[in-house]
Amino acid sequence: MVRELADERIAPRAAEIDQKAEFPWDLKELLAKQDLLGICFESRFGGTELDNVGQAIVVEEIARADATTSLIPIVQKLGSLPITLAGSEEQKARYFPKLASGEWLAAFGLTEASAGSDVAAVRMRARRDGDQYRLSGSKRFITHGSIANLVTVFALTDPEAGGRKGMSAFIVETDAQGFSAPRLEHKMGIRGSPTAELNFDEVPVPVANRLGEEGDGFRIALATLDRSRLSIAAQAVGIARGALDFAVTYAAQREQFGERVADLQGVQFMLADMASQTEAARQLTYAAAAAVDAGAADLSYWTSCAKLVAGDVAMRVTTDAVQVLGGYGYISEYPVERMMRDAKITQLYEGTQQIQRLIVARQLLQRAGVAQRAK
Amino acid sequence: MKIIVCLKQVPATTAEKRYTADLRLDRAAAEAVINPLDEYAIEQALRLQESGTVETVGYLSMGPEQAAEALRRALAMGGDEAYLVTDPALAGADQWATARVLAAALDRLAPDVALMGMSSDDARGSLVPAAVAALRGVPLLSYGSELSLGGATARIRRLTATGFDLLEAPLPVVASVTDQVGEPRYASLKGIMAAKRKPMETWNLADLGLSIADLHGAALTRVVEVRRPEAKPPTERVENLGPDEAVARIADWLVARKLI
Repeated sequence: MVRELADERIAPRAAEIDQKAEFPWDLKELLAKQDLLGICFESRFGGTELDNVGQAIVVEEIARADATTSLIPIVQKLGSLPITLAGSEEQKARYFPKLASGEWLAAFGLTEASAGSDVAAVRMRARRDGDQYRLSGSKRFITHGSIANLVTVFALTDPEAGGRKGMSAFIVETDAQGFSAPRLEHKMGIRGSPTAELNFDEVPVPVANRLGEEGDGFRIALATLDRSRLSIAAQAVGIARGALDFAVTYAAQREQFGERVADLQGVQFMLADMASQTEAARQLTYAAAAAVDAGAADLSYWTSCAKLVAGDVAMRVTTDAVQVLGGYGYISEYPVERMMRDAKITQLYEGTQQIQRLIVARQLLQRAGVAQRAK
Repeated sequence: MKIIVCLKQVPATTAEKRYTADLRLDRAAAEAVINPLDEYAIEQALRLQESGTVETVGYLSMGPEQAAEALRRALAMGGDEAYLVTDPALAGADQWATARVLAAALDRLAPDVALMGMSSDDARGSLVPAAVAALRGVPLLSYGSELSLGGATARIRRLTATGFDLLEAPLPVVASVTDQVGEPRYASLKGIMAAKRKPMETWNLADLGLSIADLHGAALTRVVEVRRPEAKPPTERVENLGPDEAVARIADWLVARKLI
């Protein structure tokens, strides 16, 4: 069903979405109608409650057609994971039905201009003021930040204690006074997906919208990313598959030197490498999804391995797809140059590839019983 | 009010077709889908149900056991119940046998409207709707671009070369619709899950009170030959010539065929 939808309705829109850098509201409505924005929510909140393997397949199939569109379910999950992991029953009942139906969009507000990989460097403040908090500061690189109805925001409630111990998480409704999204980034890829700077000018947030206790923010942020990066691995696999499929079809049609390009062994070797790497990334992603479903204690090891491998594979396979198409791969008349630009982001967001390596290495040392030396 | 949509599982249009030794389509060899033209009938029925005109939408198919997949897929799009008629004796059934079996099943289900697509994507005989109507002795409203239902009547709008006809008949009727009814919906995720719990009954010939002898065998017709369409001669191209020479070449070609 998702593949059919992606082939018939999403793929034909992909080039235009990229060119105009416009969020595909029509496809958001379509995904909502097909219940694909509710895949990560429990059925009691109106969701469809797919397991992580199922969710990965949905994301992969959409990303195969268009990476921008695949971000709609990805970010819906990313923005709501803090609530899933640390929210109260009351908070879930208040927000999940609107998110599961796709009526509302969610976003995840962690990154700041000087707090990217270094999550603990968050500077945004949350000052307690009676039965509410006042949030001040700004966030940057927030996917869907300008179109979301709610953002899960991370801010310091105890600046003295620093990011690790003094950070708390909040649900912020974006129609709150003092909230604004003044600027969008101009990006290389995933151009239809708005990446916003968010400003908070003494934004009032009720205490009832705090997730967990004060000081839980750092833990919630990391637990969220440990799970959400699985979606990025699935997205990367989807992008790679899209590029591979296109390259194969093209090579079978294009003739040079009086024969099909696909009959040249040099091209065949490239296609075979692209296919086997994509398949390896895909299977690792499913294995990581199964680890998350099983609630494995070392799930961050699996999701980081998957995202690391899948992101690199997406980059390599899309680059090779451009090579297979030759000059035609380099022009926007064909989709592979877009896929190559889209692939790059999977090596960067939700933890750069370097951060993934740190996570994997930390798990290795823990398993070996040799704790990492503090710097 | 109740609509039964008759649908057929067919090999996907793009699938490579293979034939068995007795020249029947090898249905196991190709990916199977709901006949795309039947999807419009499903869409029409579901729209009537959504508008409140129709209470129950059911599906009926005759085919091998795997046709249950097509029925399950239809149930994922919407509707309430499904009926599969499957019997080894029916292998190779032609349109006559199909119509007899569907008519018998419809006698049992007694819908107000038996709704069908305008033709099947595989054999394209397009006779079944008319044959079923004749066998059941009910009116046929065929090739509708839209079906609407009044208290005791059914009406279709049928496009013609010069405009359209409105045809009306008292219920119950057999009706067929075209691709003008509107794009068939995709099954939603919840629809797919709900479909697993919707009732599906399987009947064989005996359940319908029929025997293969009643049908004079599965087929009155016999396939004599199956052929690929003849390949068209390669397109002649006029390329890399100056305009004058190219025009002269094309004009000669047209004159030689008495086209100008």
